[in-house]
Amino acid sequence: MLYRENGQFKTTYAADSQILPIRQDRIAMMLLLIAAFVVIPAVSSEYLLRAVLIPFLILSLAALGLNVLVGYCGQISLGSGAFMAVGAYVAYNCQARFEGMPLVVSLLAGGLGATVLGVAFGIPSLRIKGLYLAVATLAAQFFVDWACLRLKWVTNDSTSGSVSVAHLDLFGLPVESPQARYLLCLAIVVLFALITKNIVRGHIGRSWMAMRDMDVAAAVIGIRPVQAKLSAFAVSSFIIGVAGALWGFVHLGSWEPAAFGINRSFDLLFMVIIGGLGSISGAFFGAAFIVVLPLLLDKLPYWTGLPMDTATASHLALMIFGALIVFFLIKEPHGLARLWATAKEKLRLWPFPH
Amino acid sequence: MGPFIETLIGGLMAGMLYSLIALGFVLIFKASGVFNFAQGAMVLFAALAMARLAEWLPRFTGLDGKLLVNVIAFAGALAVMVVVAWLVERLALSRLVNQEGITLLMATLGIAYLLEGAGQMLFGNDIYKIDIGLPKDPMFLFEKTFEGGILVSKEDLYAALIAAALVASLSLFFQKTATGRALRAVADDHQAAQSIGIPLSRIWVIVWSVAGFVALVAGMIWGSKLGVQFSLSLVALKALPVVILGGLTSVPGAIVGGLLIGVGEKLSEAYLGPALGGGIEYWFGYVLVLGVLLVRPQGLFGEKIIDRV
Repeated sequence: MLYRENGQFKTTYAADSQILPIRQDRIAMMLLLIAAFVVIPAVSSEYLLRAVLIPFLILSLAALGLNVLVGYCGQISLGSGAFMAVGAYVAYNCQARFEGMPLVVSLLAGGLGATVLGVAFGIPSLRIKGLYLAVATLAAQFFVDWACLRLKWVTNDSTSGSVSVAHLDLFGLPVESPQARYLLCLAIVVLFALITKNIVRGHIGRSWMAMRDMDVAAAVIGIRPVQAKLSAFAVSSFIIGVAGALWGFVHLGSWEPAAFGINRSFDLLFMVIIGGLGSISGAFFGAAFIVVLPLLLDKLPYWTGLPMDTATASHLALMIFGALIVFFLIKEPHGLARLWATAKEKLRLWPFPH
Repeated sequence: MGPFIETLIGGLMAGMLYSLIALGFVLIFKASGVFNFAQGAMVLFAALAMARLAEWLPRFTGLDGKLLVNVIAFAGALAVMVVVAWLVERLALSRLVNQEGITLLMATLGIAYLLEGAGQMLFGNDIYKIDIGLPKDPMFLFEKTFEGGILVSKEDLYAALIAAALVASLSLFFQKTATGRALRAVADDHQAAQSIGIPLSRIWVIVWSVAGFVALVAGMIWGSKLGVQFSLSLVALKALPVVILGGLTSVPGAIVGGLLIGVGEKLSEAYLGPALGGGIEYWFGYVLVLGVLLVRPQGLFGEKIIDRV
């Protein structure tokens, strides 16, 4: 009733191939963007912005990047924490070593640094497949962990091993308040999501999906494996690198290498799997799940009123987290994006059953 | 020459310990096609169970004698691991049959978190001791040939012998018993095994129990070395390159891979480490595996990967 496409005819090819062909979808997206850009910064508390929304945005950007690699191109990568780390440290070095470097340039430089590493560690994917590649990418993770700790020039010879970013400003405007930081992250995320959606709908995206589905057959019909796989690694690590730079600059402020350890890689992979492989909105769903769930689980003792010490509470939280992951994978292995797509399908017919 | 041999022997023995953990990975992957990221958590869970049971038994039953208490604690921990295997198979694996590899991988990661939380909630989160009587003092060999002799840790030597005995008994199990043959049949081809009447779900419970047994032995040895604490589950991350180097489907590969990575790590730390700033063994195993995979994508002893269109 509400979601019918009756009467929506397209008269040009451009209109036919737009991202949101149904008018209700376009209206909904407009409303969502207005809510995100205008309403939320106005009404949210500082806690909500700093602890929930900003991490959600940055991690959904990282999950977007990882989805490009794992979901669209089918290369399992457990080294995404390393790409975030490289993005953060390259951006930091740009900011710290050059006076007056604009923030945007630092962020993009972080992305480019991560791209170089991503392509370097993507070269093995031409020979190695599947689970073997997953463990090979762990080599990237541990190597970068070690390099950030032991190689002094990475941290700009910091004595304590941790680095910090003083104050940020974007074209002269200071980015200090939670609202300003939130808007910066939101703008970058929306821009990257749009670009990624368009890349994925184009011929590069189709070559990635061909490599994912059956790489031998793709090579037979003329898709070059080197181009497809390395471009997936490059695009994915660029996005993850920018997300890492944002994570360090905007969310953490000051960090040490442990912030981008293997748990971060596992978290990103969870986001991608639970959100839904091979879908842009899936990255956002997965990030929302993984960011919000620990916060809810931490409040669990308070809500249930049961007396339990912090150790038991944190163990219970870990158990529930693991159990929910397994539960979700059993119920809907294609992730929350598939659930959302099913809901929209049902909404098209509502209130009729078929 | 002396220090080199010392590092070599130390590396060989460390490698045996890694291959103990790697065995669990290989067993489960061979029989059910699941890469069990929860193996580290299983090692921790088993070690916690054994450590706590060994502590509680004298307190609640008044039993004495270290050997008796340890044996009963071992048996108890084994029973716990069998229950865990049954639960995992019933609640998770049987409902995830035929899913993609990455879904199964993430499911085992979820199980890992679940086991870590459950283990620490049930058994406590302090550092516990496992004391199975392994001697802690080192011994010095070949004192006439090399100055000062070669330092060999007795504890590591006993651990390596236990690991060798475990591998030998597992090989006997697989070759000589009917269940072992059934496991090999399932590892070969699930559908064919099912069609001749081998009950898949029961075989999977058995495989996960055997992996749990291997995890218990590994946890016992690592626990008596390092003490039973949360970081024990991170030892699995050091065993991953061993699994991949040997090939995901090969038990002798796990042993050989373990020895190679153990030796490689220790030698690189001793000779390359000072040049690169130290701490090399953190990533050396992984980079070594990366190099080998580029030449042999299926690992040293793994099955050749055949892509069919």
